[in-house]
Amino acid sequence: MKLFYHIGKYFILLWMIMQRPERASIYRRQTIAEMDYLGLDSLGIVAIVSVFMGAVVTIQTAFNTDHPLLPTYAIGFATRQAIILEFSPTVISLILAGKVGSSIASEIGTMRVTEQIDALEVMGVNAASYLILPKIIALVIINPALVVISMFLGIFGGYAAAGLTDVVPLSNFIYGILFEFSQFDILYAMIKTVVFAIIIASVAGYFGFYTRGGALQVGHASTKAVVFSSIYIILFNLILTQILLA
Amino acid sequence: MIRVEAIWKYFERQPVLKDVSLEFEQGKTNLIIGRSGSGKTVLMKCLVGLLEADQGKIFYDDRDFSAMQFKARKKIRKEMGMLFQGAALFDSMTVEENITFPLNMFTTMSRQEKRQRVDFCLERVNLGAVHHLLPAELSGGMKKRVAIARAIAIKPKYLFCDEPNSGLDPPTAILIDKLINEITHDLQMTTIVNTHDMNSVMEIGDSVAFIHEGSLWWSGSREQILHTSNKELNHFVYATELMRTIQNQKP
Repeated sequence: MKLFYHIGKYFILLWMIMQRPERASIYRRQTIAEMDYLGLDSLGIVAIVSVFMGAVVTIQTAFNTDHPLLPTYAIGFATRQAIILEFSPTVISLILAGKVGSSIASEIGTMRVTEQIDALEVMGVNAASYLILPKIIALVIINPALVVISMFLGIFGGYAAAGLTDVVPLSNFIYGILFEFSQFDILYAMIKTVVFAIIIASVAGYFGFYTRGGALQVGHASTKAVVFSSIYIILFNLILTQILLA
Repeated sequence: MIRVEAIWKYFERQPVLKDVSLEFEQGKTNLIIGRSGSGKTVLMKCLVGLLEADQGKIFYDDRDFSAMQFKARKKIRKEMGMLFQGAALFDSMTVEENITFPLNMFTTMSRQEKRQRVDFCLERVNLGAVHHLLPAELSGGMKKRVAIARAIAIKPKYLFCDEPNSGLDPPTAILIDKLINEITHDLQMTTIVNTHDMNSVMEIGDSVAFIHEGSLWWSGSREQILHTSNKELNHFVYATELMRTIQNQKP
């Protein structure tokens, strides 16, 4: 029963978020600030994870496909597919759920327990929309950009690993990277990324917005935001993969 | 004027407000007093719509606030200012941004006009060059004064103050009380102040309502409060040694 209660409350919050903003220019400014704070500040961790992820995928694929009947360009092909289809959109979104989700939940949760949200509501501001909508829009815009960067850096990491460890000739690796490339794979990754971005911002916003209590509860809200947004990302990953690739 | 008619509020089936009816007059500082947990803050939250009363009606100048939907309420909320117990300043914004916030949201003022309004509001609460300070860099009394400045920035018709002098030293508490009273009379607002501080009652209480265990126990003026025969109110009023001394000196 409690599950249905939370689902209902979550959709009521989404309805409140989608109301017409009081002043569009303020929301626009807020969205740009959030893109900087939530998106660009995550660039460092996305870059590091992507390069090493690409390198590890290449080396592991090379060791696990070491067979005379398998062409070596398959290593490049497998690296590209793994990074574009799964690692960049899903793993990077999971990392962002941890970094950005906890930040959103703790920021909004602290505003709730210090009565700042009450102050907004007494003024006549739609607090849910003012606080959460710019974050959703910001992540929907910036996360696909981060994922595209992650794809490039992941493949670069694989290329660097191939060159440094000699597990596959570089020309074969590049041939594999270009082999039967489908643009739909990028579209599929972008669709997933946008859905995951909405999940991260709205789920974290939900737990922050309904925080009650004090510092301890803000911490709990932050933890719950990360756990639940990660679970929903994994769940929707399965659903979207089934729908889009089946 | 704000009129409350037979308000009831329950938390987990326990009544915390029981059939409270009151009138708060314009241009006066209306005080709600009572012990901690008596229901003062719940009443104020019902008045501003942060909590919904389970029964009863609230009228803002004959406009039925309790019957209004979210969008209709927004119009009345733009006429409200509120000073919270912990000031509730937006901690990531500077003092100037805090005061400008409602102006940005609800007015079409130019940058110059907004700047002038901020200066006026800060001057009104006796604060000087604090425009670029963050709330964390202010003292408790300064935070309260900035919160008052933010509350009056859009020239509200109704001002709500929830324990405005809690956690402040006596001189600062009196300063805040006097400030609220002066602003109320100058701007002809309907001001409601929640407090359990008898100094506030004697300093600024144009009309006083005593809430006890969720019910309205007594209402009257600050002069009448000293001569009441109401047992619970006397127990509250004369709780301190100072007030008991005054009581004993009465002819």
